[in-house]
Parts: sequence; structure tokens; C-alpha cells
Amino acid sequence: MAGYEGKTFKWVGTRPIRPDGVDKVTGRANYGADMNLPGQLTGRILRSPHAHAKIVSIDTSKAEKLTGVKAVITGKDFPDMHNGVMPGDEGVNFHHLSSNIMAKHKVLYDGHAVAAVAATSAAIAEEALSLIDVKYEILPHVIDVDLSMQPDAPLLHDDIFTSGVNPKPEKPSNVVQRIQMQLGDPDAAFKDADVIVERSFKTKAVHQGYIEPHAAVAEWSEDGQCRIWCSSQGHFMIRTLTARLLKMEAAQIRVMPAEIGGGFGGKTIIFIEPTAVLLARKAKRPVRVVMSRDEVFRGSGPAPATSIDVKIGAKKDGTLVAATGEFRYQAGAFPGSPVGPACMAAFGPYALTHVRATGYEAVTNRPLCYSYRAPGAPLSSFAVESVLDEIAQKLDMDPMEIRIKNGSKEGTQMVYGPKLKAVGNLECLKAIQSHPINKIPLGPNQGRGLAAGFWFNLGGQSSAVVNIAEDGTATIMTGSPDIGGSRASMALMAAEVLGIDYSKVRPIVGDTSAVGFCEITHGSRVTFATGMAIIQASEDIVLQCRQRVAKMWEVDVDAVKWEDGHALPAGANAGDQKPLSLAQIAGKAARTGGPLVGSAAINAGGAGPAFGVHICDVEVDPETGHVTVLRYVAAQDAGKAIHPSYVEGQIQGGVAQGVGWALNEEYIYGEDGRLQNSGFLDYRIPVASDLPMIDAIILEVPNPGHPFGVRGVGEVPIVPPLGAIANAVARATGVRMTDLPLTPPKILAAIDAAK
Amino acid sequence: MSGFQYEAPVSVDEAVGLLAGAKGLAKVLAGGTDLLVQLRTGAVQPDMVVDVKRIDELRQISGNAASGFVIGAAVSGSEIGEHAALVKAWPGVVEGMELIGSTQIQGRATPGGNLCNASPAGDCTPGLVAAGAICVVAGPKGRREIPVEQVPVGPGKTSLAKGEFVVALKLPPRAKNSGDAYLRMIPRTEMDIAIVGAGVDLTLDASGTCTHARVALGAVAPTVLLVDAAAKALIGSKIDDAALAKLAAAASAACKPISDKRGTIEYRTKVAGVLARRAAVIARDRARSNG
Ligand SMILES: Cc1cc2nc3c(=O)[nH]c(=O)nc-3n(C[C@H](O)[C@H](O)[C@H](O)COP(=O)(O)OP(=O)(O)OC[C@H]3O[C@@H](n4cnc5c(N)ncnc54)[C@H](O)[C@@H]3O)c2cc1C
Repeated sequence: MAGYEGKTFKWVGTRPIRPDGVDKVTGRANYGADMNLPGQLTGRILRSPHAHAKIVSIDTSKAEKLTGVKAVITGKDFPDMHNGVMPGDEGVNFHHLSSNIMAKHKVLYDGHAVAAVAATSAAIAEEALSLIDVKYEILPHVIDVDLSMQPDAPLLHDDIFTSGVNPKPEKPSNVVQRIQMQLGDPDAAFKDADVIVERSFKTKAVHQGYIEPHAAVAEWSEDGQCRIWCSSQGHFMIRTLTARLLKMEAAQIRVMPAEIGGGFGGKTIIFIEPTAVLLARKAKRPVRVVMSRDEVFRGSGPAPATSIDVKIGAKKDGTLVAATGEFRYQAGAFPGSPVGPACMAAFGPYALTHVRATGYEAVTNRPLCYSYRAPGAPLSSFAVESVLDEIAQKLDMDPMEIRIKNGSKEGTQMVYGPKLKAVGNLECLKAIQSHPINKIPLGPNQGRGLAAGFWFNLGGQSSAVVNIAEDGTATIMTGSPDIGGSRASMALMAAEVLGIDYSKVRPIVGDTSAVGFCEITHGSRVTFATGMAIIQASEDIVLQCRQRVAKMWEVDVDAVKWEDGHALPAGANAGDQKPLSLAQIAGKAARTGGPLVGSAAINAGGAGPAFGVHICDVEVDPETGHVTVLRYVAAQDAGKAIHPSYVEGQIQGGVAQGVGWALNEEYIYGEDGRLQNSGFLDYRIPVASDLPMIDAIILEVPNPGHPFGVRGVGEVPIVPPLGAIANAVARATGVRMTDLPLTPPKILAAIDAAK
Repeated sequence: MSGFQYEAPVSVDEAVGLLAGAKGLAKVLAGGTDLLVQLRTGAVQPDMVVDVKRIDELRQISGNAASGFVIGAAVSGSEIGEHAALVKAWPGVVEGMELIGSTQIQGRATPGGNLCNASPAGDCTPGLVAAGAICVVAGPKGRREIPVEQVPVGPGKTSLAKGEFVVALKLPPRAKNSGDAYLRMIPRTEMDIAIVGAGVDLTLDASGTCTHARVALGAVAPTVLLVDAAAKALIGSKIDDAALAKLAAAASAACKPISDKRGTIEYRTKVAGVLARRAAVIARDRARSNG
């Protein structure tokens, strides 16, 4: 492969309609809850009403006797996972994972599953739940991360000993880990600063807010095989974890990927599938489990609440001399908070010689805290961007100038280890700097906010198969669930390499028994890594075609070249042969060696970090505290936008979610530790009219680690919005607020307090 | 959701008969945009549901500005919004109804449902209270008419007796130089529940002096409040800044809100004054252009 340099593309970079589009707009597409098997039962889960309690007893006898009830299970039906972390499983603690799916001896949050039933109708299943008698002994609970870290806080687990501290603690605590990364000597370097700003921040937990609730159908056969239909960000993950948690062999489980109605990181871990399998096994009938919205909020994997201190020092000319951050991230009832990536990404957009990021993770009586686009980074970035904005104000400096002056670029040493290769941070900053938005005059109560963001992006394991049919059309298959238009991108890349029309390529997501292993769709990895597998599998086809044609022409394979979907003589030596199209070659496949099947299975390295810079204008009603987002512009380095519309879609979606996070979204708990807003009425994601048209600008600084220059694009767009909105509100009101979300009551109270 | 008997009568008498004769809990169903949600969560478990949408009288808007409009209790928000004469005469009443939900909800939601759901935060009710609307109630003892503000008596509770339901809402004859307005505060721009709502109706004389005013506040007390002191601040004034400041202070003083996940006492109290003032300005400007 020649690489991206000097390449002219025919298909890559165009905007055809997505292959999954028509079925989605006509309602034909099958999502997780759409599967319906003969004899299928309805599964329902009983959940804890308490934030923290010992399970004294569970009596399921009445429920079992109810007519129409075919199975009842509790934590006792799940195999013991006492071994804790298993070798080779990268820190997955199966005891914790199993205990989250079904509580064992304790419930650790409002919404924690304690039992499940399968019945012939939803009404019977619900009645059965009400007949299950659980006796609880209520324990004191802790919701707030700072309180959870106190030595006298209610203890959630007796097997968590803080890692990363010296000496190793003898007593268990809620603090899971302390991590630290440092460059230079920030404490000493602060002495050289002309201005230092140090602030503390607090943010609330938020949910990814995907529209489709978790759903799974499980079928168990008498010979021990099992099939699962579900919507997730990784059906191979569902297979692996179901096998581990139920002590089954992976090959006995076949997981079929349904269309997915949003995930944003929240569907990268398992919640209901093992429950559905156990119910199906016990009932000897297929079982469908679908979460309600209330269950999604109370019992899935929202993003953490945080408490953060950031200190930055600068010279009069705006040069940053030192920065430190302490990031205290709440985990849910079990470890899993993204404080590590939060520390790594916090200062990413800036080249700093003296910088330290310290992270703490503490468990709380809340649902499992899990991934949400660029896990952890929006929060640490919000704190850093707020402090930087204040420094610019103190120095009376243009907030753009201070960012460009200190912007990280190729060669910058990152606090978490590597030096940056070619990246587009400065390009994004300059694109925003020269954008016409800067010329629009601001009215009274209006403010303009700027923020930059960084995210590493991942590569990882992917497999792909390219099957050429007898007429030269291609079916391409990967095991990567498509959560952002990736099937269109896969088809474009295959069309590019094969040299055939996009419409001749049909991309599908194969099930776990049909295609090679693929890691979950996360880390903005699919278009990069799975795309690389598609490129290689397509190149495999091209090579095979050249070999077949070489055979037909009785020449050496090097004498046959591939151009525009045709085999051609590479030079005069090959003779005066007419070009052969892919369709012609495919038509003769039987006589030249059999079916044309290309494949690739890779572990992709070389993921290229992504940068994004956002600017927005807001207006704050000084009498009600209501914020209107007037204008929003986001520039992002995509490396190479395979399908620019879906890159823009990622940018706009990230901004929309980030605006919600900044202004209104929050988990609200009562004194009793119960969640008070487990629905979209009081958990306020933005509606369409809350947002202006989001202007997405794509820049392309190719990633040297990908044949077409691709970088991940799905996560970095949610990193800057929190800081951009908060900075705009600070400038509109003259009051710097450090608590998210910036709800109208909070803003009004802050404005009034400053009077 | 457990089972219940469903009835869809075509006359008021038939409906009264069903409601009065029902064993256990009988619920009226209009648009169902509150009731269906409550059924699904199990918050309400009726034995009978009586759908009133097939009764002609409940589905009509009759009358005119001069004689007074009569709005059937089960007319939908979108039908109200499309009634040109009603929109012209009572833009505040109409905007309160039209703020409810989205296009989909507008096709179903009704003013009778908003009133009888008796949420202190209902968006249609403050405008009706400010307008001085009269509620026509049918029941086993025949019909009676009561001011709308007497229908809700607390969150989710009405003064309607067993067998009674709301047939229509009567708006008074519209005087010249009158205008009304409704404003609400929500954190978003739509699909939300009011943290505070304010409805104002007023009439000016030829010189621009306010001769009549009614001010109603939502979401700041267990029921929608009719605030006489706020109205008095306007009557006799030209609705100038001084009068508006008095109005705002009176509105805030009347609030008896709670602090909850949606807003604090301080916030609701302050913003009630702000919204009452802003609504009064809109109503005044409408009255001036409505000669
Ligand atoms: C997505 C969504 C958004 C919403 N947004 C808003 C909003 O912005 N503002 C707002 O105020 N509300 C909102 N609502 C609530 C609801 O739409 C309104 O309150 C609506 O006006 C209710 O009217 P309905 O006809 O649907 O009532 P129904 O649900 O049919 O009835 C509501 C209650 O009133 C009773 N009832 C109905 N009609 C009569 C009658 N004629 N006589 C006696 N009792 C009766 C019913 O028994 C029930 O208790 C929203 C609801 C949804 C689902």
C-alpha cells in the first residue's frame, strides 16, 4: 500500500447515502427489542429500592407459584466468581461484574438487580416481581465522591485496598486507586509564574442518554448451545463475558448483533444478557429482557461525578510555566471510573514542561460508572479550560492567543508518555481563529467561549472478510457494530481499493460465529482499525485477482497491475491483453482456483490522536439564569474523513451531548440515596430547539499510522463543549462558575451573589 | 398496567351515568397525555376508563369574542391553535395551551385534561385563570358552573365529585383594548415542565389606563394562584415601570413554593415576579394594538 501521501481518492471523501439508512427510516431495521422467537417469554428484573443494604433473605416461592411464571432466578443462580481478576483479562474483575448483574449478599445502589423472572406476559412478569419478598437490612450509604473518600465513610466493599499509595494500606476503603503522572517539577516551576489561578470544580454524574434501552433475547438449546440477539457496542464482548460469567465455552455461544439505537460508550459492558440466558435455560424457552427507561437510568453505566482542583501558572506573555491537577472521580458501586484517561487527556492540547496529574477513584452507592465518549476527558478538560480562560482574562490576553502560544504539536512530550507525531491541534486553533464568528459583535448579556480538547483514540483487534460474488459485487463483513455510520465508511474504503462502485459493495456486521474477532466499538477505533482490516482484506482480493489473471495470461503476477477495478498488463512484457474487470474475473473464479474470499485479522497500532477546538456564543437571561446557545463552531482534525457527513455528524452529536452536560444534565439524588430523575422529563438532554446549527469544520492532517490517514473522530467532539459553554457563560455574566451543570437556578444565584 | 374497563360514551348523560355508576376508581380519558403515562408507571390504577373524545359537545369551539367563546374540554391543543378568532381574542390562553409538549402531544392534549390533572405546573391553566374562565361541570345532579381556579384543590386533586366531569370552558365576552399573555420558565426550550408560569389578562381604557387585570401564577404553590395584589398593582396605572415593579413584588410575595429537583424556593419566588412583569408587558402591548 502506497500510503495516503499524494493519493487521489475516488470514493474516500464522498458522501453517498448510508447502506443502513433506508431500513432505518422505513422502520424495517431490527433493534435489540425487535426479535421475536416462537414461545418467547418476557423477562423482568427486580431492583433494589435502597442505596445500600444487606440482603437478609429472598423468598421467591410465591412468584414461582403464579400461573404463567416459567423461571425465577436470583444471585444464587450465577456461578461464584471468587477468583477476582483473571489473568489475561486486563483488569476485568469477574466477581464485581457478576455481582453488578445480579446482587449477591448486598445491594449497593438504588436500582441494583436482585432477582429476575420469565413469564408468559409482561403483566404476569410484573406481578411476579411484586410477589418476590426481599428482606433488607439497610446500611448507611454514600453518594458524593469527596465524602466517599473520607476515612469514616460507609464502606462498600471489604476487598478494596487503595492501589498506587505507599505504604500499601492495611485497611480496606472506598478509594480504589491513586494514579499520578508528571513531567518536570511543577511545584518548583510555579515560582516562575507571574500569575497563578487555582480553582476547585464539581460536576454531576450524567447518562449517555442513548434512545434505545438495553434489550436482549436469549435462547438455550438442550445440547448446551446458546444464541443471543442483542444491541451492544460489541457482540464479541457479550460472548466473552457471558461465557466467563456463566462458565460456558465461547464457541457454544452465538451472539447476533441487532441494530443499535445509540451507545456512546454505555453499551461497551454487559448488563442483562447473562440474566436472559439463565432465565431461558431454566424456562427452556426463549426469553426477552428489555430495560425500561427508569432501569436504564438506575441500572446501566452512566458517567461519573467529579471533584477537581486545577492550578496553572503563566508568565506575563502568556507562556504556561506549570500546571497541576487533582482529579477525584466517582466510580459506581464497583471500580471502573475513567480517571486514568481523564488524567492523560486533561492537559493534552498544551505543551507543558512542568505538569502533574493526580487521579483518585472512589466507589459510591451509585450504578456502575462506565464509559461515555472520551471517558473522563470532558470533565478534566472543563476544569483545565476554565482555569486557562481565567488566566487569559487576568493577563488581558486573547484566549485564542494563549492557546496557540502553548499549543501542543508534533514532537510535544505528553504527560502520559509518548511524544506526538503529526497532529492537527494548531490547525484547528487557527481554523477557529480565522472563522467569521469572531467578527460577529456580541450584544448585552452575551459571551463568547473557547475551549480545546484532546483524545488519544484506540486501535486494537479487528477482522474483516471480503466476499466477491460471481457477478463481481462484494459483500464485506466485519464484527464491529455500527454506531456512527461505519458501514458506509467500510464500503467506501473497500470500493476505493477494489476499484468498484460504492453501490456494488454491501457491508454487513457479522455475528460472532460468522466473522473473526473484533474488539468493541469504542475508542473511536472502528473506521481506523476495522477500516484497516477492510483495506487489507480488499487488497487481499486485488492480489488474488492479479494472481488469477497472471495464470490466465500465463505471465508473472508482477506483470499484472490493478487499476480502477480492472486487471491490466503492467508493461509491454505482459503482452497485448485486454483489461479484465472484477466481474469478469469473478465469473471465471471456478476455473482459476475457486471463490474469491479476502480476509484480514489484525491488531492495529498507530492510532492517531485527535484534537478539536470549539467556540460558542451564549446569551444569559440575567433575570432567570436561562442560557441560550446562539452560535457554535467546532473544528476537528479527522486525519482523513472517509465519509465527511458522518464525521460532521459525530462532531455535531458530541457538541449536542456536551451542551446538555454543561447546562442541564445531572443525576439528582435524594437524602435517601435514591435517584430522583430516572426519566427524560427531569433528566434534561437537549431538545432540537435548544441548539443552534452546529458548524462543523473538518481538517485533515493525515495520521501516519493509517494507509488513508484516518484518525478516530467519535470522541474528541464531546471534550471541549463543557469548557467552551462554561467560558462563554463566565464571560456573559462576569461570574466564573465551577459547578456543573449550569442550571438556571444556579446561574441566577451566582449572578445575584456577585451583585 | 393491570386491566380495566374501557368505555367511550357519545353523550354527556351517558358519560355521567358510567362515571357515577362505576365501582372503584373511574378515570376520564381525554387526550391521555397525562393519564397514559400515569397508567404505565402504575401511579394510577383505575377500574374504569371513560374516554370522552366521542362526545360532540366536548370537541367543539363555539361562540365568538363578543359573546364569549365556549371551548369543549376535549378540544386538542392544535385545534385551539388553528382557531383564528380565538387566537386573536385570547392569545395568552392559546399560547399556554400551545406550549404543551410537542407537535405530537398537541394533537392530543386538551385544556380539560391540563386543568383536571391538577398539576400546579400545568401550562394551560394559569392563562385560563387569568382570563376568568368558567368551567362547565356535568354530574349526576345536572350541570354547574364554577371559576376554573376552583377546580384544582391540590397537586393531582380536584373539587369534582364522583360522577362529575368537565364539559367545557367558557371565556367571558372580550372587551375592547384587552390583551393577555402567558410565559413559563423551563430550563430547556420545549418538552419540559414549568418551574414557574405566569398568566396575565388586562383591559385598558381609551387613555391607556388599566381598568381590569387578573394575574395567575403556576408552579409556585400547591395550586395555580390567582394573585389579587398583583392585579391591583396594575389597575389604575398606565402599566409603566413603577406599576410593573409593584406587580413583580406582589407576585413574588404571593408565592408559596417548595424547593425540589426542579428549582429552589428562592429561584421560583424571584422568577415568578420576573415572568409576571414580562407577561404584563406583552399583554399591555397586545391590548394597545387590539382596539
Ligand atoms: C411528552 C409530553 C410533554 C408534555 N408537556 C407538557 C407541557 O409542556 N406543559 C404541560 O402543562 N403539560 C405537559 N404535558 C402533560 C399533558 O400533555 C397536559 O397536561 C395535557 O393538557 C393533558 O391533557 P390530556 O387531554 O392529554 O389529559 P388526560 O391525560 O386525558 O387527562 C389528564 C387528567 O385529567 C382528567 N381529565 C381529563 N379530561 C377531563 C374532563 N373533561 N373532566 C374531568 N377530568 C378530566 C383525567 O382523568 C386525568 O386525571 C406533557 C405530556 C407529555 C406526555
